[in-house]
Amino acid sequence: MFFNRKPKSKSVAKDRLKLILIHDRANCNTEILEMMRLDILKTISKYMDFDENELELSIGSTRSDTGNVVPALTANIPIKNIKKPRN
Amino acid sequence: MSEVIVVTSGKGGVGKTTTSANVGTGLAMQGKRVVLIDADIGLRNLDVVMGLENRIVYNLIDVIEGNCKINQGLIKDKKNPNLFLLPAAQTRDKDAVTPDQMRELCEKLRDDFDFIIIDCPAGIEQGFKNAIAAADRALVVTTPEVSAIRDADRIIGLLEANEISNIRLVVNRLRPDMVKRGDMMSIDDVVEILAIELVGIMPEDENIVISTNTGEPIVANTETLPGKAYANMCNRIMGEEIPYIDLDQPSGFFGKLKSLMGI
Repeated sequence: MFFNRKPKSKSVAKDRLKLILIHDRANCNTEILEMMRLDILKTISKYMDFDENELELSIGSTRSDTGNVVPALTANIPIKNIKKPRN
Repeated sequence: MSEVIVVTSGKGGVGKTTTSANVGTGLAMQGKRVVLIDADIGLRNLDVVMGLENRIVYNLIDVIEGNCKINQGLIKDKKNPNLFLLPAAQTRDKDAVTPDQMRELCEKLRDDFDFIIIDCPAGIEQGFKNAIAAADRALVVTTPEVSAIRDADRIIGLLEANEISNIRLVVNRLRPDMVKRGDMMSIDDVVEILAIELVGIMPEDENIVISTNTGEPIVANTETLPGKAYANMCNRIMGEEIPYIDLDQPSGFFGKLKSLMGI
């Protein structure tokens, strides 16, 4: 066990596939991304002003704290102004 | 009641045609009336796997365009009187047929057959759309490899979008020895990733190549492991619950000795 730290090729295959399929499923189903975009717009607009056409949403990947590559939803929202809190 | 089953995969070369030939033959051996349709127009192959290549007169396009009657286009199997093949045309391309024409043809065939098995071409273009148009259910064929599984996932998505909900998985070319040493995804891994119900597991076996060489589907040879596995798969397609064969049987003297000693 101590002399074989390299992951088995099947685990590599499985991890790669999981990531690939998350990308494929999201990219082949633009409806989901569009619905999510609208929901995010609605929520964020309660707190800040931003240009709706500038909101970019995509599924990509990122490196987690443990060093693994994991799928990630990236939203790029340039803010114009933050609304004043009403207390 | 008759059923139209499409055999599809996305990726080429994973065993669609072999699966179609064996499922068709196996169901006919159980006394069902079966017609196999080769929907891979331009790349005819199912006739060769069935060993019927010398008997072809008319083809799918001739039947669809009305150049001959349906029963003139159907080729009777060498051994099984319940089994027929409608071969693909070679000189035309996939755009020569429309999904509506496939639906119309299958509707007519339903009167005479219990099972209509459609061998789908690789890819997701027109040929795929034609092949799935009339299907009540689908068999998705894959191998335990990244590329084949990725394509299978895409195909499952497209089948669901076309409202085919009865989709079951065939995993071909499994190598238990490689699974054991962690160099091939296991059946559980593949099923977990694709999240559809299994209907057949095929071991990689040289007898499959031999049966294709001679044009006699291996399901007729129940002495062999793949022959048994195909026969079981046919029973599952007919709704029976059949346990899967343990492919991880020890091979050779030392393998058997090891298993006796429990290692």
